[in-house]
Parts: sequence; structure tokens; C-alpha cells
Amino acid sequence: MIPAAFEYKRATSAAEAISLVSQYGSDAKFLAGGHSLLPLMKLRLAQPAMLIDIGRVKDLSYIKDAGSHLAIGALTRHMDVETSKVVHEHAPLLAKAASHVGDSQVRHRGTIGGSIAHADPASDLPATTLALGATYIVQGPKGQREIAASNFYKGFLESDLAADEMLVEIRVPKMQGAGWSFQKFNRRAQDWAIVGVAAWHRKGEAGVALVNMGSTPILATSVANAIAKGASISDAAALASNEADPQSDLNASSDYRKHLASVLVRRALEAASK
Amino acid sequence: MKVSITVNGKKQESDVEPRTLLVHYIRETLGLTGTNVGCDTSSCGACTIHLDGEAVKSCTILAVQADGTSLTTIEGLAKDGVMHPMQTAFMENHGLQCGYCTPGMVMAAIGLLKENPKPTEDEVRMGLEGNLCRCTGYHNIVKSVLAAAGAK
Amino acid sequence: MTITENKPTSVIGTRLLRREDPPLLTGEAKFTNDLNIPGALHLSVLRSPYAHAKIKSIDVSAALKIAGVIAIYTGKDLQSSWASPMPCAWPVTADMKNPAHYPLAIDKVNYVGDGVAAILATNEVASRDALDAIDVQYEPLKAVVDLEDSLSDKNVIHTELGTNKSYTWPLLVEETPGCVEEAFKKAKYKVKERYVQQRLIPMAMEPRAIVAVPQPFGGDITLYSSTQIPHILKVMTALTLGIPEQQVRVVAPSVGGGFGSKLDVYAEELLCMALSRKHNAPVRWVEERSENTQATIQGRGQIQHVELAADENGKITAVRVRIVGDMGAYLQLVTPGVPLLGAFLYAGVYDIPKAYDFECTSVFTNLTPTDAYRGAGRPEATYAIEMAMEALARAMKIDSFELRKRNYIKKEQFPYVAFSGLTYDSGDHLLAAEKAAKMTDLAGVRAQQKKQNVPGATKLLGLGMSSYFEMCGLAPSRVLASLNYSAGGWEAATVRVLPTNKVQVITGTSPHGQGHETSWAMIAAEKLGVAPEDVDVLHSDTAISALGLDTYGSRSLPVGGVAIALACDKVIEKAKTIAAHQLECATEDLQFANGTFSVKGSPDRALPLAAIAFGAFTAHNLPEGCEPNLEAQVSYDPPNFSWPFGTHMCVVEVDTETGAVEILKYIAVDDCGNQINPLIVEGQVHGGVVQGIAQALFEEAVYDEDGNLKSSNLAEYLVPAACDVPSITTGHTITPSPTNQLGVKGIGEAGTIGAAPTVISAIIDALSGLGVTTMAMPASPQTVWKTIQAATSGGKK
Repeated sequence: MIPAAFEYKRATSAAEAISLVSQYGSDAKFLAGGHSLLPLMKLRLAQPAMLIDIGRVKDLSYIKDAGSHLAIGALTRHMDVETSKVVHEHAPLLAKAASHVGDSQVRHRGTIGGSIAHADPASDLPATTLALGATYIVQGPKGQREIAASNFYKGFLESDLAADEMLVEIRVPKMQGAGWSFQKFNRRAQDWAIVGVAAWHRKGEAGVALVNMGSTPILATSVANAIAKGASISDAAALASNEADPQSDLNASSDYRKHLASVLVRRALEAASK
Repeated sequence: MKVSITVNGKKQESDVEPRTLLVHYIRETLGLTGTNVGCDTSSCGACTIHLDGEAVKSCTILAVQADGTSLTTIEGLAKDGVMHPMQTAFMENHGLQCGYCTPGMVMAAIGLLKENPKPTEDEVRMGLEGNLCRCTGYHNIVKSVLAAAGAK
Repeated sequence: MTITENKPTSVIGTRLLRREDPPLLTGEAKFTNDLNIPGALHLSVLRSPYAHAKIKSIDVSAALKIAGVIAIYTGKDLQSSWASPMPCAWPVTADMKNPAHYPLAIDKVNYVGDGVAAILATNEVASRDALDAIDVQYEPLKAVVDLEDSLSDKNVIHTELGTNKSYTWPLLVEETPGCVEEAFKKAKYKVKERYVQQRLIPMAMEPRAIVAVPQPFGGDITLYSSTQIPHILKVMTALTLGIPEQQVRVVAPSVGGGFGSKLDVYAEELLCMALSRKHNAPVRWVEERSENTQATIQGRGQIQHVELAADENGKITAVRVRIVGDMGAYLQLVTPGVPLLGAFLYAGVYDIPKAYDFECTSVFTNLTPTDAYRGAGRPEATYAIEMAMEALARAMKIDSFELRKRNYIKKEQFPYVAFSGLTYDSGDHLLAAEKAAKMTDLAGVRAQQKKQNVPGATKLLGLGMSSYFEMCGLAPSRVLASLNYSAGGWEAATVRVLPTNKVQVITGTSPHGQGHETSWAMIAAEKLGVAPEDVDVLHSDTAISALGLDTYGSRSLPVGGVAIALACDKVIEKAKTIAAHQLECATEDLQFANGTFSVKGSPDRALPLAAIAFGAFTAHNLPEGCEPNLEAQVSYDPPNFSWPFGTHMCVVEVDTETGAVEILKYIAVDDCGNQINPLIVEGQVHGGVVQGIAQALFEEAVYDEDGNLKSSNLAEYLVPAACDVPSITTGHTITPSPTNQLGVKGIGEAGTIGAAPTVISAIIDALSGLGVTTMAMPASPQTVWKTIQAATSGGKK
């Protein structure tokens, strides 16, 4: 478990990080908490030539109440999201999902931005922010732009982020008292979800996203639409199976995953509507 | 690359390759071999130490990332020859057998009580989700942590 | 002077805290990879990515250019370094097929992980980098992964053997010829079941580590290894390397768990030794976890066909078993013997007639070699008989506990001569089972189940149980001989009373988590009347403990611990002659209690052991012909195995919508005879049970059809964490073994043996209303859900 050799640069500001990555191009990778990237590097499944350590960009670790939404700095650690009073008050679903990431040691290091930028469909926070209708703020050489979470995920570990762009902030609309539930189904608590569901529900309105049901996190729009049209929770939840064509792996075949998605969406919506 | 890291209260200045993992720095550069390596996927927690007072997996951090931080390893717990209450609780409750996962387990358990001083049994079990033990079946580890919490 | 005589024991039976703990808790303990050996070269092993392939070429030129790389060897380069192939110590039959197995593959690789090249470098980073720089060209061959496919010999792995079958080993015991067949013909009830024991990865938390240190002159070599078997390793490495045995010293420093996986002679040990001699420098190797899953032995791997015949009362009248055992690509140290260790236990704890027909055929596959993993053969056997008993109870429509009660060997039948001729030393199965039932609140659970498991319910309650016998304490040497095992089963101990009345115990056992230092000190303290802290226990270094057969098979206490008690007896006998001499009385007039000899009837005429020890040291006043010093050495060959037993029960809740299983309650009632240290006994049970639960619910070495391991690290191979398993309620009964003076039996493997059938039978019980009658292991949520689907859709049709 010794990574292949690489060059290491430390950035102290977002601007410096972006200038470094522009300089080194696609051989360079940002290193935030490192808890998505380093495990791959230790097994030499990833061998970037250059690591740009953004872990010390202090001004990107914050949670702010910005009126209609929460503004969360990309380098905010999972543990800080999990325990934040503001997040508990206005986006409790996100706090809960953050508490399910990895284990406590991982949550002390891993960051919300790192997790989202890694764009792993099996990861808890991409789907959760998707369900919550979050917006991601990214910064590149030409300044900042906003990307809706629903437009961000492009493929397996692929996102709309350009090689010289960096995720700097996650804006999460306040849940305004909506009911919510986070369902993570796995065999061991520390593992990735076999299937996960992040859901919120308010009279005639719902947001549902699925973890590990395809090559990207998936917004279950058919379920939300059905709820909006007055369908029962169980009828709406049944639609979740058809939202995706999930992969088969060691723990679950595609058809089992589809089945689980419906069960877990139903349970999530039932819990959220209580 | 030069790094300056405080380990168990002592400032250490070293020159490390960027790819040096923190656990290798601790074990090989500093010779503190109490911190163990049990896997290569950040799963087992044997390498758990405290970084600025929080439990982390030292196999998933580069030594260069820890520049300027303060670490506590298992060797830094006992004071004046007296074991930390968590170490004592593990001994009194037979919370270890082969002892390989133990340093990481103890460091994780201390971190757990720091964040949740009076946990329930379920909270202890959940709080140790990132640490694997193959000998004890966890029963006496959980008992040890609850005892340490009660002793406070 | 035995424990049974001296009733109010002061040390044995207490929950003495472990002396092993402080160094382990503070990081002071040194595991092999913690040893700082100046000038050590680092070994990395390049491993085959193919399960079955010819090696066309190996180009090391680029790797040799990496700074720090000193040398790279292929299997061919090292061919002359080996006096013989790697050892297999258990040729179970005269015609057993055993392919030559060398530390590095020559011309052909036979499993993913087979060693192809050895890199020596001045540091680990360079040797790791060199792995990526070696270019090997392979010609892939068809991999044999499936046991039944292997049996067909369609693709023969070791062509020189002409077959994939290694051996067939039968055990047919019939009162009269043909009585098994007759019993099945006459049987009122018959069951015929097929079970699969999935391959498991032992996964000791400490990966293996090795340092071989040559002496600069004279050819001696010290091998530090994270091994369970320093003594066996010493002999075997000397033979394989062709060097005189006395030149090899083996040391096992702190060892981080074994579970059988460190009961082997491994390629890397031989490579480190051979290369350290070649380069006249220390050579070290440490295993990475993803390497461990492929290069360290795996366990289980059997297909079992079990048939029971029973009369109208459910009394078993015959047992027939056919096993196919998965040896993997090669035979390791005791690979072929593993199914034999279970062969005698397919009748479980039941009183059956001499109508037993067992046969095991073991085959090669292109997978990592298997070998002993916690329980080795006995968990497999217990699973099969206990699940078959469940099936028989279902066939008879009676409660399985009731069926067991009708078949248990009764307390008054002990010592019980079994169908096999083996004598079961002591037992009271009904007592243990009834205790477990009481602790489980069996009636309460059944009532709750009736309430909860109604049509349409999605959370179903199930109750499971198993009763087990463990044939352990390996072993009487003569019995091992009858099984063709190449070594004996004795254990050695030396007890020495030092001039200051401190005691040294030297044992041939080699602990790796079992707490021998504490327990052995307790035995000697009890026997000699000293404080346990005055007893030092030395082990795991062949220069200190020259004789021994190490730790495995729940043998350490019933063989090694008893050897210590016997050595203490010898010391006491000698001390008694000195005491008689000095007190001027006959030895028969002396009694020994609490560390003091006194003349019977005249308690004031007494001499403490301390005085005798010092007297034996000065040798100023010893009886004629008495040698100075107080020490004794014993090699103890046990007259019988030890037969611990017990009953485990558990309550599970199955979520029928997801297939998730939660264990609500787990009760283990175990009987290992007298307990030296109940704290340690309970710890062994807890850990064993969780490993058994892990087999039932979580773990499997999963291979694809090309022989690639899909669960090759701890992220994919699901060793459960604290939150994934229940707390364990332990209880015990105490039925002392009459075989040895301590009345003890082994306990290391018991938990593992009892747990898997307990959990699986509970799941089947929960789902019985849905028509579920079988459940594969591991019972992952997907497996449970699919089994429910199959059962319920079958019902609809």
C-alpha cells in the first residue's frame, strides 16, 4: 500500500489551486480530505502525477445560513456537517446522510466537496444533495459558475467539473420543516450502500434520490411526480425500480437492487410523511 | 519535503517523500511501532491515531498533509507509567486477545467518548464501526468502552 | 498432589487479568514487522494475475534499473535452492496425489497469487515499485474453479498427475456388512441434503510478516515469523532448504491472531531464508492485505452430501456422507487432513449404531490453497449433521429440540465408545441444551413467534439451535499415526524453580492471542503454591523452548497445559525427596500444600518450597544421588482427544422485504470441563461465535469463473464490525474431562463450530411458514430474499 510516486503542491487559496491545476493539466488531482483518492492510490488504481493539496484552503470550510439556503464550503468535513446545529435545523436530511459516510475516522477527514467532486454513485452525499435540489458553485480560471446538482453528474466518477475547475461551495435549499428520511441498506455499517435513498416529503411534494443505483446518483423524478399527482406512497415508490438500470456486483444483482429501491423508497417516504 | 509534526507532545522535524503515508512516517521514520497496519483499503482501523485530538486513520493521510499538526499515538497515552483509563478498562474487561487491532481500537474508543461521553451500547458499537477485530467478537471491547465511560 | 485432591483452589478458576495486556495496550509489544533489523533487505513477491497460465517469459531488466533494487529471482533461478518441494505433512492415503510445490512457480502458475518472481531491494518502496516494472508474458489456460467441474477431469491442472483428484478417503463402519444400506432401506424417515461450505479467508488482523537474519559466520539463521508453529517451522524449513536443523532458530514474536492461517510453512518464509543466505543479509517481507487474501491459505471449501436414516421415533439408524473437498492449487502443510478432522463427527452428539459410511474425495482447483481454519473440518461436520437434524425434524413434523433429545448420547453413557471406536471422554448434552433453552426463554420466544409470524408479516422471528461436540486437543500420537499424519501430538513443558523461588515455565505451545502466559502461570502457581506473578512463562523461541508442537486444534490447554501440571508434579516429587532428607523423614510421611512440605501429623516440621529451591541450588545438603537444581521436563502424549461440547441458540428477525437478518439474541452454553481462567474462556467463545456468525451471514471468498478473487480486501471481504454483530450471552456447564488431571478440554474452536448452524437454522425457522427449507451461506440479504422469492413463487405455481 505504497502509492506510486507523485509531485505534491500545497495551495493556500482557491485561486492558487486553480492556477496550479491549470498549469499541470489533467495529470493533476486535487487532494482535499483524501478519503476518496488515497485509497485508490494506495492500491495503485489511481496514479496521478501531481497532487494539489487544497486541505489548507481555510476559507472553504464553513456552514452559513444564507437565507433561503445553507451555504456550505466544499472543504467542510463530514463530521462538521453531521454535527452542525444549522444543518440540523434547516437540512436535517443532509446531517443524517453525513453521519452515514464511512466511519467516524473517515468523517473527521473527508469533506463534502471531495465526496461530491468524486461523483461516486455509491456515495451518500451526492444523492442527498441531489434530492435536496442543491446547487454547486465551482470556480475556474475565469471565475465562478453555478451548476444544479441535477446537471452535475455525467457518468461513473464523471462530473461537469472541468479539469481546471474546483468545487468551492454547496448551496442546499432549506427544508422548511419537510419530513425526511435517509435509508442506507448495506451489509456492514462501514460499507458503501448497496442501495440508499435520500427523501423528503411535504404535502403533495417530495424529493427522492437514489444511491448506487446506476453510474451516477439518480433523482427519482417519477416518484416525486407521482406524489405530486396524488399517488399513494406505495404506488409512487413502486416506480423507483424503473428509475435506473443498476449494475450487478458482489452484494446485489441488478434485479435485487431494483426491488430494494422500491422497498426503501416506500419506507423513506412513509417515515418522511409521519 | 520537510514536515514539522508534534507527536506525543514532542516536535519532530523530518524530510519525507510526498507519497509517504502518515502511518509509515510514524512507524518507520519515528520508530513508533505501536500503530499497526491491518489492511490497504482504510477498512480496519488498526492504524487509528489522534490528529489534533480527533481519531483518524493514519493509513489514509499523507505525512505531508499532517505538517503542522499534533498527533497522539498509542505510545502517548500512558502518563508517568500509568495507563490511560481506556487502556485499563480494556485490560480489566479482557477487551483484547492478540492485541493487533488494540492500539487502533483504543484510540478510536477514546475519540468516541470524547464526542459522546455517555454512550449506549448501540452507540459504542456504531461508534467503532471503522475498527475490525478478529479475536474478541467485540463483546468485551464494547464492555471495556462502556466501563471506561462509567468510570469517568 | 492433583487439583482434584486439593479442593479449595486459590488461583485456578479465577478471572485473573492477563499479563499479556499491558505491552499490547501501550504499543510496546513487538510484532514481527515492528522489529528493527539494521541492513535488512526488503522482499516483494510478484504474483500471478492468472489462475492458470503458462509463463512464456519474464523480463526483469526495467525493474532492475530502479534505484535500490538489488536482485530479482524467478522460480527457475531458485530451483537449486530447494532440497525438496514445500512440505505437506499429512499424506492421508498411500496413493494421495501431491504436485511438487515450490516457493516460486516454475513455468506454470496455478492460482491468482502464485509467486512468480522475488524482488530484493534496499527498501520497501523500491521493491514495491519494481513489482510494476516486471514484464511477464503468460499464456492463459482454462481455469478450474468449480469442484464438480474439477472432479470431471475435463481440464487437468497438474498434468503430471493425470487427474484433479488428490485422494479418496473412506471411513466405513458397519456392525455387519451392508448394514448401512439395510438401515436406509428400512428407515421410516430419511433425509438427503446437500450443503456448501463456502471458502473463507481466516483474516488474522496481523498480516503475515517475516524477517530472516543470517549469522555472519557459520551458516546459522534466525527466522522471525508471525507464525503459530515455530517448532514445526524449524524442522520443515531446515528440511526444505537442506540445512542442518540445529542451524535454524525460529522465533514467533507477538503474533496478531492466526486461526489456522499461520499454521503453515509458507513460500515467503523459505524465500526470506534462502535469499538471506544467498545475500548474507537479513531479508524481510510483510504481507499486504490484498496479498494476504490470495497468498495465505483459505479455509472450508467443501460440498457435503449428507443422508440420515431414522426409525419411527426419529432415532438415527445410519449416517451416510459424501464430501468433495477443495484443496486449491497445491497441498499446504495439513491441507488434505482437514476433512479427516471432521470425518468422525458427522454423527454429532448423537447415539448412533455402527452404521456409518463416510467418504471424502478431495480435488485440486486453480484457487488459493486451503488448509486449517478455526475448527478445521469440525465446523463443517457439525453444520452438516445439525442442519440434517433440522431437516429430519421437519420431515417428521416435530420440534428439532425434541428430535435431538431423542438422540443425544446420555450422561450415563460416558465415557462413551462411539461407532468409530473413539472414546468420548465426558459429556452431558441434555444439561447444556436445557440450560441454553432456559437462557433463551425458549417458550417465550415460541409464543412471541406465534404472535409475530402471522400471514402478511414482513418481520419474521426465528429460533435456531445446534448442539456440538468438538474433537480437539490434537492429539494422541498413535491416533494421528493411524490417520497417516507425519508427526505426533504430544506437548513439552519444562518447569524450573529458581533459587529465589521464582518459577520459569517453558512451554512448547505458541500463543497468538490465547493468553497462555497468564493461564500457564496460573497452573504452575496452583500446583507449586506460589503467586502467579512469580511464574514466568517462556515460549515461541526454539532457542529457549527447544521442544514443542505449537498451537492449533484447541490443543494448548489439554495437551500443553497438562504437560505443565505434570512437570510441576515431577518438580514436587524431587523437592519431596530433598524435603524428606532435610526433615529426616520418609517421603511417604510428607504432604505438600500451599507451597510447603510438612510431616503428616506434625505441622511444625515443615519446609517451604522456597527453602528447598535454594537448597537445591546450593546443593550443600542433598540426598545421596540427587542432582542439584529443581527442574523437570515432560513430554506429554495425551491418551485421548478432548471432547468439549455445548448447545447454542439464537433468535433472529428476518426482514422478508429486503432479506436482512438481525440476530436479536445469541446464547452460547459451552462445556470445556474445568476452566483455568473463565475470563479467557468467555473471550474465546465470544470470538469464535462471531467468526461462526460471520460464516453464516457475511463472509465468502468469491471467485469469478476465471478464478479471480472478487473479495480480495477488507472492503470487499466482509469481516463484521461491532455494530454488525450482537452481544453474546455465555453460559457454561462443567463436566470435567477424566482424561487429564486438570479435568480440562479445549475451547478455542467451540464457538465457531456452534454458531453457523445455529444462525442458519434460525433463519430457516423464521421463514418456514413461507416454505423455505434451505439457506445457503453466507445468508446475505440478497440470498435470503432470493430464497424467499423462490419458495413463495414455487408455492403460487
